[in-house]
Amino acid sequence: MAEAGKVDPMHQFTIEPMFGTDQWQIAGYQIPFTNSALWMGIATLALLVFVWGGMKRQLVPGRWQMAVESMTGFVDGMLASNIGPAGKKYVPYIFSLFMFILFANVLGLMPLALVPGLHPFTFTSHFSATGVLAILSFSIVLVVGFWKHGFHFFSLFVPHGTPLPMIPLIFCIELVSFLVRPFSLGLRLFVAMMAGHVLLEVLSGFVISGLNAGVGIGSVVSLLSFTLMIGICALEILVAGVQAYVFALLTSIYLNDAENLH
Amino acid sequence: MDPQAAKLFGAGLAAIGAGLAALGVGNVFGSFLEGALRNPGAADGQQGRLFIGFAAAELLGLLSFVVAMILIFVA
Repeated sequence: MAEAGKVDPMHQFTIEPMFGTDQWQIAGYQIPFTNSALWMGIATLALLVFVWGGMKRQLVPGRWQMAVESMTGFVDGMLASNIGPAGKKYVPYIFSLFMFILFANVLGLMPLALVPGLHPFTFTSHFSATGVLAILSFSIVLVVGFWKHGFHFFSLFVPHGTPLPMIPLIFCIELVSFLVRPFSLGLRLFVAMMAGHVLLEVLSGFVISGLNAGVGIGSVVSLLSFTLMIGICALEILVAGVQAYVFALLTSIYLNDAENLH
Repeated sequence: MDPQAAKLFGAGLAAIGAGLAALGVGNVFGSFLEGALRNPGAADGQQGRLFIGFAAAELLGLLSFVVAMILIFVA
């Protein structure tokens, strides 16, 4: 789509093999170490450092321990209010999920490209990454539901007090809305991150082509675009947090369905 | 109509959906604020529901973005 001399907003999502591993193969399939995998590793490492720094178990917590404890307390409170006492055992999973997505989103927004040759990559802007996270959440819901309630789990699809003639219709609607959950869960995160990054790239394209167009009209266009871009950047940081929160929140609500039916 | 022009036209039409979702998201937060100012004590307990409503409204807007992207880059 992009003509020569224009900024291609989709180029930032290209997955490239790193460190000359593009010939790695497993069973005839090309499995290189990509920039996506690299940034997943960086996000994991950052998360490990963050949590490790707060594990000193001081009686009077310092700043770092307070930061970690407020995050775990936040997830704990979310699960307690959505699932109840039975939600305690999901705290490790939801905490890892929430923090992993949050770190990935925020790391992808960091202005690291100021260092030449370094390109931050938001792997949450790919459905392959968010879809796997969504499938993981959905599988846990299915396993917990069938483990705990057996085939009684299917009563999830027929709410209490449904009139008899409505049951087949309601069953089909509830079944479809249940089965579409992993898609909507993964799609929401991936599209929100991708849309934000495309928007930032398009605006930075305006700044560059404005500067190329000359001093008069260029300074007006570039200055306006740049001001707007600063605002959008702040909005994107908000979106990064909100999307991680929404992912964790919806997972805990789906877990509530599996744990308590309704 | 030229197929390429029709694709871009369709992508532009799909962008209307993003604007309509903006109405939905604004309605979610506006209604929440309206209720929260009447009863600030109950507001904090409803934040989870606020974000569920936000996520549901936002998803439909994001779907229109997906349609536009598919029309431009895939179809």
